[in-house]
This record gives sequence, C-alpha cells and structure tokens, in this order.
Amino acid sequence: MEIHAYEKLWLALALVLIVGFIGTITYGAAGAGIDMIDDKGGTVDPATLDQHPKFGDPGIERNGENSYDVYVVARQFVFEPGTTEPLRVPAGSTVTFHVTAADVIHGFEVVGTNANTMAIPGQVAEFTVEFGEPGEYGMLCNEYCGSGHHVMEGKIVVMEQDEFDSWYEQQQAQGEAEN
Amino acid sequence: MATASGGSEFVDKFPDEAAIIKASFLIAFVSLGIGAFFGLIQALHRTNVLRVIDSADYYTLLTGHGVLLAIVFTIFFLCGVFHWAVARSLDRPAESALFSWAWVGLMTTGTVLATVAILGGLVPNLGMSADVLFTFYAPLQAHPIFYIGLAMFIVGTWLSGADWFLSYRAWRQDHPDERIPLQTFMVLTTMIMWYISTLGVAVSVVFFLIPWSLGLIESVNPLLTRTLFWYFGHPIVYFWLMPAYLLWYTVLPKLAGGRLFSDPLARVVFLLFLLLSTPVGIHHQYLDPGIAEGFKFIAMTNTMFLLLPSLLTAFTVVASVEHGARQRGGEGYLRWLGALPWRDPAFTGMALAGAMFAAGGFSGMINAGMNINYLIHNTLWVPGHFHLTVGTAVALTMMAGSYWLVPQVTGTKLYSRPIGLLQVIMWFVGMVFMSNAMHRAGLAGIPRRTAEPQYQNFEFLTPIGSIFELRVQIALGGTLLFLSVVLFLFNILLTSLGEESDRPVDSYLPEPLSGPEGSPRILDNLAMWTGIAAVLVVLAYTLPLAGIIQNGGGLFGGGLPVPATVSAGFDLVMTTVTSAFNTLWGVVA
Repeated sequence: MEIHAYEKLWLALALVLIVGFIGTITYGAAGAGIDMIDDKGGTVDPATLDQHPKFGDPGIERNGENSYDVYVVARQFVFEPGTTEPLRVPAGSTVTFHVTAADVIHGFEVVGTNANTMAIPGQVAEFTVEFGEPGEYGMLCNEYCGSGHHVMEGKIVVMEQDEFDSWYEQQQAQGEAEN
Repeated sequence: MATASGGSEFVDKFPDEAAIIKASFLIAFVSLGIGAFFGLIQALHRTNVLRVIDSADYYTLLTGHGVLLAIVFTIFFLCGVFHWAVARSLDRPAESALFSWAWVGLMTTGTVLATVAILGGLVPNLGMSADVLFTFYAPLQAHPIFYIGLAMFIVGTWLSGADWFLSYRAWRQDHPDERIPLQTFMVLTTMIMWYISTLGVAVSVVFFLIPWSLGLIESVNPLLTRTLFWYFGHPIVYFWLMPAYLLWYTVLPKLAGGRLFSDPLARVVFLLFLLLSTPVGIHHQYLDPGIAEGFKFIAMTNTMFLLLPSLLTAFTVVASVEHGARQRGGEGYLRWLGALPWRDPAFTGMALAGAMFAAGGFSGMINAGMNINYLIHNTLWVPGHFHLTVGTAVALTMMAGSYWLVPQVTGTKLYSRPIGLLQVIMWFVGMVFMSNAMHRAGLAGIPRRTAEPQYQNFEFLTPIGSIFELRVQIALGGTLLFLSVVLFLFNILLTSLGEESDRPVDSYLPEPLSGPEGSPRILDNLAMWTGIAAVLVVLAYTLPLAGIIQNGGGLFGGGLPVPATVSAGFDLVMTTVTSAFNTLWGVVA
C-alpha cells in the first residue's frame, strides 16, 4: 500500500502519543495506585433497602484506628445522610464510601474533587477517600434523576477529631436507645 | 469517484434521489430550528438571564434539544448526504424510489411520535411525558410512544442502509472488477458500523423498555439497559461524524482548490472506525459500579487507539487543503493559509469546524483517560466537549456543506454567500464562548443536565475568572448560536425558493492525488471486516454483559441477585466466542 513519507512519520507519532497515554494511565493505576470504581462493592436489593443492615440506617461507622465506612443512599431528591443533615467525618481519616440508589440512577459528586461515582439501583459503588484538614465540601447529584434533580444536594463536614468523637459517641448512644 | 456528475446537474440526472434528499434535509432543518430554540431557552434559563419556563420543564426542553438535534437533525442530514453520495459515486439511481420513500416515511413517523411524547410533558393534562433526556436511562420512565417512536426511527435507518447496499449490489453486477468508489465505500462501512451498534439499543428498547413502559414486565436491570445504551451510544458519535468526514475527505479539498491527498488512507480510516468504534462504549461507564476494572481498562485501551483514525484524518485533510492552497498560488510554511477561499461559506464553515474538532479531540482525550475522567465525569465539561464535536465539527460541517449540496438538489443558486459567511463565523464565535466556559465550569465541579446551577449549601470555585463570567459567556454563546441557526434557515429557505439555474454550483469532484489503485484489494472485502468487527464486539462485551446479568438481578433486574454458577457463565462465553470465530473463519476462508 502506498503511504507517503510524511504520512508514515505522522502515523508513528500518533501511535507514540496513544501508547504514551495508555502508559500514563497504567502507571496511575499500578504505580500510584489510583483506585477505580468497579464491581467490588457488590450488589444489593433496591426494593428492600430499608431492611438492609447497613443501608437501612445509612451513616458513618468506625472500622479501625483512623478509618471509617460511610453508607449513602441516593433517592429522589436527597442523599441520606448529606441532605437533611451533613455527612460528618473526622479530619485526617480514611473513609470508604458505599453508595447505592433506591429508585433511579443518580450521581454522587463531591464538588471540586475526583470523588465521583454513579449510584445505580442494585449496585453498590465502593471507593476510598482520604480527608485532610477540617472544612466543608458540597456534594450533588450529577446524573439527571427527575424533575427535582436540581435540588438534590448535600454537605460533607470534615471535623476536628475530638469534636467528631463526641458527636459520634452521642450518635451511637442514641442508636442504642432507639433499639 | 470523479467524473460521475461531470456533465448535467445532480437534480436533472437523478430527480427521484434529489426529491428524497430534499425531504431528508427538510426534516433535518425543521428539527434544527426547534432544537436550537430549546437550546436558547436552556442557555438563558440555566444562567439566570431570562426565565420563561419552570425549572421542572427545563428537562422536557433538554430532552427535546438532545433528541431533535443529536438524533433527528444529524441522522436525517446524514441520510440525505449518503443518498447523494451513493447515487453520485456509483452514477446510478436507487433501485426503487418507493423503497427510499418507505424509509423516509418510517423515520419521519418515528420522529413525530417521539417528539409528541416529549412535548406532551409541557401539557400536564395529556398525561404523556418523556423527560428522560437523550440517554433515557431506566428506571426513569417515558411514555411508551417515545420508545416506540425511537424503535421505528432506528428501523427506518436500517432500511436506508439496505437501500444503499442494494444500489451497491446492482452496481457490482455491472462492474465486477472495479474498486468500490470512495464515497460509496464510506457510506457502506459507516452503515455496517451502524447495524452492529444499533443492535444494542434495539434490544434494550424492544425487549426491555417497551414491554416495561407498557406494564408487561415489572422491572428492568438498570445497569444492563444502561450498558446496552452505551454499546450504541459511543458508535453513534461516529455515525454523526462520518458524514462530516465524508464531506471533509471528498468535498473540502475541492472547495480549497485542490484534491484529496490519499484515497487509500481514507479507506483505512473508515475501516478503523468500523472496527474500533463499537467495542469502546464502556468508557462511558468508568464510574459505574458493577463492572470490573479490567473491562474498563480494555475499553480504555481501545478508545485510545480510536484516536488513530482521527489523527490520520487531521493529516490527510490538512494536507489536501494545503495542496489546494498551493494550487491557488499559496506559498511558504504557513502563508499558504491566506490563499484559501475564505469568502466561500462552504469552505470556511468546514475549515472552522475542523479546527474546533481538534480542540474537541483534546477534551475527548481527557474524557477517555480512565483516571482524570473522575474529575469531570458528568460535569458541564462533558457538554462542553460534545458541543465542540457533534455541535460544531458535525453540525457546522453539515450547515456549511448545505451551502454546496442544497443547490445541487434544488437546482437553484445559494441565496447569499455573505450571509452564509456571517452565519458560519457566528457559529464559531458563539461556540468559542459557550464551550470554553462549559469546560471551565466543569473543572469547577458544576454538573451537567441541571436547571439550577446555583446550590444552597456551597459555592463553586474557579481557578481563573468567576462563575458570573462563565455564565455570561454561556448565555452570550447560546444566543449567538441560535441567531446563527436563524440565519442559516433563512438562507436555505430563500435558496430553495429561488429561480432555477443552469449551473447552480460547480459540482465536479476531482480524483485524489493517490488513487485507490495504491491500496490492497483486501480493503474492499466488506464481509471480512464485518466479521472482524463482530469478533471484537464479542470479545469486549461478552464477559461484562454476563457479569451484569448474573450479578445485577438477571435480565429484568427486580432486585435480588440471581444465584448463578460461574461455570454456566463460562459456558455461555465459550459458546459465543467459538461460534463467532467459526463465523469469521467461514467469511475469510
């Protein structure tokens, strides 16, 4: 086949560029260990979410020295927790999110960060975030989910550790009292 | 490809085809007008400049904007261009005008049904709505008429492809040893890609969404229908782009004053799109739970290689245009740019569209990057990207191409070149404002598809400039774009009402510098390429689909994971892969 000299050069450069892109991403995944949303979160029955041991009463749960699990349910048009009350985490902690949807497909985006996932009924999105300094983050639904989609938002409050601890103990106590 | 329409004009030579093309263009342009109007209302509403609708109705208009522009305008225009390209390059009319009218009729009926269902949302008493957006992800539900309209539209496009394959078969009988003319080759490879990819959305709509919206089945598996959507949803990007590429390869060089640089490379590019565009849809689902990272990685690798045909196109098209400029006396490394026919709106529109496509290509590379995608997924960055690609590379090429094509099928001269020139420049400027602001807003985390970009609990922060400035740019850009469409429709309407002319446009297309004889004959073996494309699809999709069905509650969802053994899954995969290989072997041997 007839390929002109400059075409060959261009073709070679294009391939180098493409392989380079794949290389950087592979390095990001393998070398720097950037985690992807995948199927490790497992599945859940969206119809009986209320009876689920974790998603039935979603929120934060300590699972180690400085690490926590957070369960979030997205439904038209709130995040639970997040919308009616802020989602609270301690500064300097490692938090594993478990996000699912109760009705239709939603999005879960922590504004201005790369903490971002789809929330799909029946599927659990699992990803881990490291929180540094105290502060506040907005979160919002970024997948159209119906006529009230634009009001679906929430807040994450990163608290000082001792402040968080007393809040957390209070929560636990309340939970036990209710049970 | 050249001499076909050397003598008489297209409309005199192929009156039946010209009528079909005129009808296709008419529906395309009416949709363009309505869809652009919805776009204007959205741009002003979102930026809080002018609010004439409820925020809840915003999504109805957004659905109308997406469906009328990204499906109806682009595909009806494509049908017109392809019908022209096949008749012109094979130098023969379609086998049956009745058959051609059948697909125009079916696609039009489907369009009307889907549009009625969408606009029904504005009239609450009707009890009909389809504000499910262009992507119609279940379990958000639309009225059944919406899905039925979509299905009819897709079947209509299948018939249009059959029409062009029948023309090709008849031509082949008369010309057993000739190479497929380039334009017909482009049409046929594009349609093969379309047949393969629309299977996914057809299965989703016919087997799941229609029965479900009619209440015949209780639920659907949301991840399955979403994956089937994206199985079709990425190749459709190339279905939009291929008519633009056809015009860039075969018409733009001539408008520039030269000829296509390389016919063989053009064929390779179209084959690469056929092979690579379908197995990549999962790259729209990097952030979806329920799909293993490995499958996402495979889709990402394929996606990156899909850059290759576009990079090759950039070379060939620019080289052809440069050749044209030098034929016109242009010299120097860059000074030849000045020798191009910048007063011709058909040329300038396509050239600006190509330039914007380069920018859109770069933001697309960010989307395709599995890790950086997390920053911009579902933010305003994404519409910023596709307003450069489909909204400019494709739509502006189609409008600019119309200034050259419409006179050929109406037999009348273009009403006004200066208005045409103003129109294409206005589109370019409007899109520079709107899309750059959208990209930057996306980086600040502003989501796409929302009626109210301002939230109660937090503010968006931009690294440079302010959110106010971004809003002004989006509103200004949207207004310029709408005015540009008005000018376009006005110009085309007056063109079609004009007096017939003996020679409305110089329709001669010169031979390429390197002709098809320089390329191996295997490039024309369409059956073989189809087989390879099918195998790639099977390899990329079998395992993810099996996983989604097994783990996500079976074919119809309904909640509980279906207990299924791993070995059953592997049997299914093995049978599918083996039969696909056997088929391929049958085709090759």
